[in-house]
Amino acid sequence: MLALRTAAAWAVALLLVFPLAWLFLTAFKTELQAIAVPPLFVFTPTLENFHEVQERSDYLLYAKNSVITSVLSTLVGLMLAAPAAYAMAFFKGKYTKDILMWMLSTKMMPAVGALVPIYVLAQKSHLLDTQLALIIVFALSNLPIMVWMLYSHFKDIPREILEAARMDGATLWQEVRLVLLPLGMGGLASTGLLCLVLSWNEAFWSLNLSAAKAGTLATLIASYSSPEGLFWAKLSAASLMAIAPIVVFGWFSQKQLVQGLTFGAVK
Amino acid sequence: MNRRLLPRLLLTPAMATLFLWMIVPLVMTIYFSLIRYNLMQPDQTGFAGLENFEYFVTDPSFGTAVVNTLLLLGSVILITVVAGIAIALLINEPFAGRGIVRVLLISPFFVMPTVNALMWKNMMMNPIYGVLAQVWMFFGAQPVDWLTDYPLFSVIVMVSWQWLPFATLIFMTSLQSMNHEQLEASRMDGANYLQQLRYLYVPHLARSVAVVVMIELIFLLSIFAEIYTTTGGGPGDASTNVTFLIFKQALLNFDAGVASAGALFAVVLANIAAVFLIRMVGKNLDK
Repeated sequence: MLALRTAAAWAVALLLVFPLAWLFLTAFKTELQAIAVPPLFVFTPTLENFHEVQERSDYLLYAKNSVITSVLSTLVGLMLAAPAAYAMAFFKGKYTKDILMWMLSTKMMPAVGALVPIYVLAQKSHLLDTQLALIIVFALSNLPIMVWMLYSHFKDIPREILEAARMDGATLWQEVRLVLLPLGMGGLASTGLLCLVLSWNEAFWSLNLSAAKAGTLATLIASYSSPEGLFWAKLSAASLMAIAPIVVFGWFSQKQLVQGLTFGAVK
Repeated sequence: MNRRLLPRLLLTPAMATLFLWMIVPLVMTIYFSLIRYNLMQPDQTGFAGLENFEYFVTDPSFGTAVVNTLLLLGSVILITVVAGIAIALLINEPFAGRGIVRVLLISPFFVMPTVNALMWKNMMMNPIYGVLAQVWMFFGAQPVDWLTDYPLFSVIVMVSWQWLPFATLIFMTSLQSMNHEQLEASRMDGANYLQQLRYLYVPHLARSVAVVVMIELIFLLSIFAEIYTTTGGGPGDASTNVTFLIFKQALLNFDAGVASAGALFAVVLANIAAVFLIRMVGKNLDK
């Protein structure tokens, strides 16, 4: 029974990860090997594709944009969300639940509903194709999710600890620094991680608001979608370069991330 | 500091920015939807009444787009919830290499939609060189041209692949918080696995199903990159959802007026969904 379960679990995992493994292999093939029939599993790897991707489309510029926009938008988002979640969790009022639900409902508004106005606003304020525009938009579109996640974490911190600190005459700053930060660190970390992943992978706004100057890796990859022939090896190399940083980062932080991904679904 | 003032002070930045983020585009969208506003025809201006709405709703693509949106939503949610629960149950007990299996399973979640889409479109679904075509030929079947013949289904596959890890993770975490004594007791009483599934596991997972559905709904209503980079909404309108239809009006036809009318429709559609779901999850949050 256990052997069967183990085999089944491994089979499912390998099946699901196969497309990624194939992408990885293809990135190290020549273009001819990439479309070989039957598919090649054994070949001499080449690094030529990575070199060409950098030559052809300045990978490093897009990578830099991705890092800057995702990190800064996560920080801005945390700075806005953490105080709000703290207030909701520890000063629960009559309207707390309504405010939380209202915040979530703003996320329900599809991004495309705001496309024309945001585009026009960005154009009028000369923010089109700037990192700043993407940072603002990413931070705001992740904000409701961040508040929700942080709220469900902070809610689990025993109120008594905070009240004890207050009794002992701790100032707000001391309370936050000595009690809330250490206890809420797990929540802050997993919220930050999720937002980093979401911003890094965000495609709708980056495709519509950025181009050659502030474009992120998601837009770089989209530019490879034009059917100019079968350049799978180069496409794979570019894709691998675009996802490797966040996938590896995700692997190492997955334990932390998983803890936070419950959204209050687990007691 | 005043105990009533402090929480308001802390809440204000987030609420104010979110309010602006919501209300400014909404008001502008309503305004644009009522005027003639084509970026390519700047000489045509003025009040349009409900012309834009009429144009958008009577567009033959409109009905298709609504149906596609719902099909996409429903299928992906169904697939990820059912498969997610199955996988979570499968890896709930310890086995050799569980840690690695978990890392493998979570990986698609970190892959950006544009890469996901292009990878499936080319390396997997290409009718001649794609892996699926090779598998089909190996079994002596005629390879399928997925993106041409089953465009919406192809998009559903890509999006499900992306979101399955997320659902699995939530269910996995939820299963770990189950009461082991209860499970043990039910086994003592002679309950078989199916009975345990029916009366213990599934009820325990109800709460996380609500969360998964809600989060996926938020993200799936605006699926865009997968369509943009693979089928371009086609062939015809076969894989156009409401988001993509509005995008086509705005940035391909340059008609901001009609696009805004469509956007308002999308907002209404989203809010209908939101009301149902927020009630459902809101109830869950109370517990």
